[in-house]
Amino acid sequence: MTESVLSPAERSGIIRDGLAVGLATGAYGIGFGAVSVASGLSVAQTCVLSLLMFTGASQFALVGVVAAGGAPLSGAATALLLGTRNTLYGLRMAPLLRWRGWRRVAAAHVLIDESTAMAVNRPSVEGARLGFATTGVAVFVLWNLATAIGAFAGEAVGDPRTFGLDAAVGAAFLALLWPRLKDRRNILVAVLGAAVALTMVPITAAGVPVLAAGGVAVLVGVLSKRDDPTEYPGPDDVAGGHR
Amino acid sequence: MWTAILLACVGCYLLKLAGLSLPERVLSHPTVERVADLIPVALLAALVAVQVFSGGTSLTLDARVLGLGFAVVALLLRMPFLVVVVGASVVAALARLV
Repeated sequence: MTESVLSPAERSGIIRDGLAVGLATGAYGIGFGAVSVASGLSVAQTCVLSLLMFTGASQFALVGVVAAGGAPLSGAATALLLGTRNTLYGLRMAPLLRWRGWRRVAAAHVLIDESTAMAVNRPSVEGARLGFATTGVAVFVLWNLATAIGAFAGEAVGDPRTFGLDAAVGAAFLALLWPRLKDRRNILVAVLGAAVALTMVPITAAGVPVLAAGGVAVLVGVLSKRDDPTEYPGPDDVAGGHR
Repeated sequence: MWTAILLACVGCYLLKLAGLSLPERVLSHPTVERVADLIPVALLAALVAVQVFSGGTSLTLDARVLGLGFAVVALLLRMPFLVVVVGASVVAALARLV
């Protein structure tokens, strides 16, 4: 790790990559806004989620559980469980970014898959900071704009079944899951998690089946002996990151 | 609903801040790392299953399955997220028209 000064070409390259990821991610904020309103949240609630929670998978999870008829608190619990992966990203990013005080407090808000992916492989602190900040801010601005547009559009559509919006939620979760299905243990956990959840659907309140699937992760994680270095998203794993 | 939203928002922020603030060894136990890595896999897979194959507290099979089928094909072809999601909606909506 060296404190090198980036050349102007490197700087603009990093900024361009961050903006590209912001645009691509922002585009699917429209999907989140529409799906959230279709799930029964108000436009204001939808926009607050994007402004304050600002971590896509957790936001989709909360509205997904509510859409399935689950209690809002089960949705919140699912969102928090999914949010734990940002803690792991933070542990990895802290020594790369080396921010303290208010900068760290601000950086934490935009600590998400995309900002991590676009910073984790930079060889210098300056490059990591630039990649993280550019991507984080670009995604934040565009994700929130897109959420608002999607929420108003969703409100205009009304019944989510009209344009198949109810099918969009499942597809969105699958797209988030897809990059993680690279090794056999993850595939096994995914299949078991889905099976456990479906088994629980008829016998528990909505929202519980998804939380129960978290038990599969704990069980396999405790029983499995093989070492598994924590996986961090790279540029290939986020929308707009690869070309 | 607002209570759940605000609780989850504050919680998610604190999880992020904790990551940037805690010393790295706090979570360096291999079992903790494995579980933390597997939780999103299990939860996302469960969310896919519940979103597509259930309605309330019963298992169902409807046009959403065709949407999911499209999503699988689109992901195999490495199409962008928006194509996957919008395509799945369109397929499900068209299937309901037929």
